[in-house]
Amino acid sequence: MPVFNQSRSNIIRLIFAAMFLVIAAQLFNLQVISSKYRKLAQENALFPKRIYPNRGIIFDRNNKAILNNAILYDLMVTPSQVKNIDTNYFCQIMDIDTAEFRDRIQDVKYKNGGSFRPGIFQDLLAPDLYAKLVENIWQFSGFNLQERPVRVYPYNAAAHILGYIGEVDSAIIHRYSGYQLGDYVGRTGLEQYYEKQLMGRRGIEFWIKDNKNRLVGHYENKADDTPSVAGRNLRTYIDVNLQQFAEKLMANKVGAVVAIEPKTGGIIAMVSSPDFDPNSLTGPEKKKNYAKLNLDVSAPLLNRAIKGLYQPGSAYKPIGALIGLDEGVITPASGYDCRGVYLACNHPVKCEHKDPGHARTMRIAIAHSCNSFFCNTFRLTLDNPEIHSVRRGLMKWKEYVNAFGLGHRIGIDLPSEDGGNIPDTASYDKEYNHSWNSCTMVTMGIGQDKMEVTPLQMANAMCIVANKGSFFTPHFVKSIDGHSQDDTVLDKFSVKHEVLTHIPDDVYEDVISGMQDVTEIGTASAVRIPGINMCAKTGTAENYLTVDHRRTKLRNNAIFVCFAPRENPKIAIAVVVQNAGFGAVWAAPIGSLLVEKYLNDSLRPESQKKAEEVANADLVPKYLVRVQFLQDSTNAARHAIRTHDSSSLMKYIIPSSRAALLDTFKKVTILPRLSGPSIKQNMLKPKDTAKVIKPDSTR
Amino acid sequence: MSQRNPGISKGVDWPLVWIWTALCFIGISCIFAATYREGDNVLQGFLSLKTDYSRELLYFLLAAVAGVFILLIDSKFFTATANLSYALGLFLLLLVFPFHSRVKGTESIIRFGNAFQLQPAELCTVFVNLALAKYLSRIETDFYKPRSQLVAASIALIPAFFSILQNETGLALVYFSFFLVMFREGLSPAVLVMGFSFAALVVATLLLEKNLLALILTGIAAFVIYILRKQIKRRKGILLAIVGIWFICVGVQRFVVPFMFDHVFKAYQVKRMYDAIGKEYIPKNAEAVQEIEKKAGGKKTDNNYNVSQSKIAIGSGSIMGKGLLKGTQTRYEFVPEQSTDFIFCTIGEGFGFVGSILFLGIYLVLLYRMVTIAERQRSTFSRCFAYGVASVYFFHISVNVCMTIGLAPVIGIPLPFMSYGGTSLLTFSIMLFILIRLDADRQMVLR
Repeated sequence: MPVFNQSRSNIIRLIFAAMFLVIAAQLFNLQVISSKYRKLAQENALFPKRIYPNRGIIFDRNNKAILNNAILYDLMVTPSQVKNIDTNYFCQIMDIDTAEFRDRIQDVKYKNGGSFRPGIFQDLLAPDLYAKLVENIWQFSGFNLQERPVRVYPYNAAAHILGYIGEVDSAIIHRYSGYQLGDYVGRTGLEQYYEKQLMGRRGIEFWIKDNKNRLVGHYENKADDTPSVAGRNLRTYIDVNLQQFAEKLMANKVGAVVAIEPKTGGIIAMVSSPDFDPNSLTGPEKKKNYAKLNLDVSAPLLNRAIKGLYQPGSAYKPIGALIGLDEGVITPASGYDCRGVYLACNHPVKCEHKDPGHARTMRIAIAHSCNSFFCNTFRLTLDNPEIHSVRRGLMKWKEYVNAFGLGHRIGIDLPSEDGGNIPDTASYDKEYNHSWNSCTMVTMGIGQDKMEVTPLQMANAMCIVANKGSFFTPHFVKSIDGHSQDDTVLDKFSVKHEVLTHIPDDVYEDVISGMQDVTEIGTASAVRIPGINMCAKTGTAENYLTVDHRRTKLRNNAIFVCFAPRENPKIAIAVVVQNAGFGAVWAAPIGSLLVEKYLNDSLRPESQKKAEEVANADLVPKYLVRVQFLQDSTNAARHAIRTHDSSSLMKYIIPSSRAALLDTFKKVTILPRLSGPSIKQNMLKPKDTAKVIKPDSTR
Repeated sequence: MSQRNPGISKGVDWPLVWIWTALCFIGISCIFAATYREGDNVLQGFLSLKTDYSRELLYFLLAAVAGVFILLIDSKFFTATANLSYALGLFLLLLVFPFHSRVKGTESIIRFGNAFQLQPAELCTVFVNLALAKYLSRIETDFYKPRSQLVAASIALIPAFFSILQNETGLALVYFSFFLVMFREGLSPAVLVMGFSFAALVVATLLLEKNLLALILTGIAAFVIYILRKQIKRRKGILLAIVGIWFICVGVQRFVVPFMFDHVFKAYQVKRMYDAIGKEYIPKNAEAVQEIEKKAGGKKTDNNYNVSQSKIAIGSGSIMGKGLLKGTQTRYEFVPEQSTDFIFCTIGEGFGFVGSILFLGIYLVLLYRMVTIAERQRSTFSRCFAYGVASVYFFHISVNVCMTIGLAPVIGIPLPFMSYGGTSLLTFSIMLFILIRLDADRQMVLR
């Protein structure tokens, strides 16, 4: 018996111990030193499910919800659990065929990388389909209905104001913390401006998932979960009835309407036309609809009320009168002997009225909108002998105009407002090489030349006149539910800006009297509302556009500004209808009808008739058809060059189909859709358009 | 097995029995933790025989009954029937060839009905152990003769050969653990060193680039020559030996290993070896790809995935672990083969580093206890048998745990008393009880 080998038992023990040490070392490495496995395990098994709170609801001034949340349902399917179901019956309910059924199941499998996770079979079910399914869902194993909150616009109105939400993009994720891919965020309008208030706070629930990605239960008994907090509701000044009425009046027109409550700066209605159905950007078709709207040359997505730049034309005149009066270059008794044309400068400026005495006093000149009188006033302001210099005169005048809120951003609670333009000496120095005088820009006295303002600014200027020198920054939101001290977002809207209160009240009264005369005896006397003293001013601006390398005269832009009632102004309105014709004919009725509707809460029978007439008028500029044709054909040509597929280009070349195509364009009442970079730029950036459209005269 | 019955309990080594009981219960709990789902009726689960843990409990009871029977048998019975049982083992192994059923790519299982199956290659370790002990304890055996060593090696390796034929390379490797017994009985340590070196060289070949490894080997050789330069001056033979060893090593890494991978091992086995060390195996030809796919088709999981999931599960346990039934990885089927080969993950995730070390400590105590017991035997037969049991346990424990923590290839070797499986539990228990029975008669000299 080899007893002397007994020492080897120790070697064997040593081998055992060494092996265990090696294992212990690796365990130490895995479990104590390396931290990545814990993270990997969490990634494996934890699913942080984000709980989205309801976004805040937006109410109008009468507490009607104009932007609300609704629950729609998605039909979900877990392919692995679809067993023994009556496929024919199911397809009959869903109104699809069995091939489609199989395709969709395959699609879900493909998207989820397997058949164990539920995927969307059909999203955003129509209510009747949902009702049918909810009764029968028990028969279809593997299928279930899942809630999905969506934004709804119950009044189908105020698309531009309210805005819409969309998935966040990388820029937003980069700029603001707290967003992740797949989150929704306000993209325009109040939805964007008040995003912080509306979004609420997201919650997180930690779920445990298994190796097939099925959620099997809560993690750690919800200890780490955070609850979601609903978004805060916004109370606005919007009167949704008036808003809808204004949208109806602006149908089939291009332009904008802004109505402000002068006492608070609260915006009662704001329309930009053409507009779009806000609900079309929430449902399952939203991407398609958005693309359509985005390619439309008439730019329905553009909010012309804050981004459209227009020459105010004669609507500027009350302001010109106020400046002249305050500067002391005219008095209420000043007149101008106008014979239908202003000849004091090299180029004549036409006036619509030829009869002598139509501008014998300032008040009458306002009522009849005499161009000569206001050209003269403008030149007197610039060449004020007390100032001694036309340069200083122009800057002084610009100061006044800016004080009226024109030519700079007002600070409305909507994103991407445009500032407009009131020219200074530098721009004329550049254009006229320092040699210019008050005659150079004489048409600025009648709201033209380089002057460009937004409809919002026009309405706000009316508020300043109505308030006799002061205004509140125009805004939509009156209050936010759950208001606390930390909220500063609304603070700037409660500040009264006393910009022009140094002008005496009686000066205002003189001009206001002139504006009242506009509706009594002047240009807008046709739209007078019995029992309401409305102060208003019409404007008509000629404009031109270069189409096919030819400078073409377009129909005039119709403009109307007003406030009412004179004694206690409750509403100030600016209306712009592009290429419609006379301001008194197309813009004034819209403004007047809105005032009547808002102040009287109802319309007289003749006003109702008038409203129908205006609403049914199609004033979409016809040049868009031609412009669209050019753009479409250019795009088709580009497409043909790129892809060697000329089928779409041929439509624009063969004469017969050409005619048919133009014909269809004309038949489209809502503006024709065009795709093309250059025309889109023109339409989306009104500034560029302004370079093309040059006014020659005004009335 | 009541302690009061002097017939059975006399001389029984109770620590071993307690360790056995403890390990079995830990094993059943771990299988329970791995397969229990929230809402299952626990009592029904344990009684129904439909769940893994209930079956494991049944196997435990069967093993206990078998243990009592073994304790009632005269220890001379084992020496007397050792050779006969070896023959029976070989017969069972051969029986597999006509009667096997394919499970998970192996061809080593005989099925009885639906639920119960037998893996003779596993059971055979007991018989080999007995036969080897019998051979080594013969008076006429002089283990210092190479012929005896060759016979002993054949006793151990014939079943290994059959196992390889049944596609159970892992179980075949188990039989190599009997070389530890032979080492204890006087086999030259050079055999162990060479075997270990060869394994190390193969792993190094896999890990390192060909020429770099050759360079390292040359460096080692040069270093050894430098150290031994004085002895070499006296005896030139040493230099020759060193150069010879260097030559063999380079030859092995240059030619033998690639040859083995291309011709001896199956493609899927090579892939598993690569998986274990975390390298990607690129099959040489289309046949190899097909073979790997065929092998994977049965299992439908990738070993690389298994190992990484297992490492994640164990690693996520951190120091203190998540607690039993709290592990997210082991409970939700992220680790495949959870209740069998990768049962250690449950411990690693549930009880962390501390728990794992304590748990492995139990195994270490068991092994040390068996070595102690082996050394206190008067008869060579008992000692050899005890060492055999310890070696087989050691091999299983170290390879299985190393495989779950990414230190060894996945070769499908169960963890004693822990992994789900009746054959393995019975085999390990029978071995242990035979050892206890032999130990009870440690004063006798058995031949």
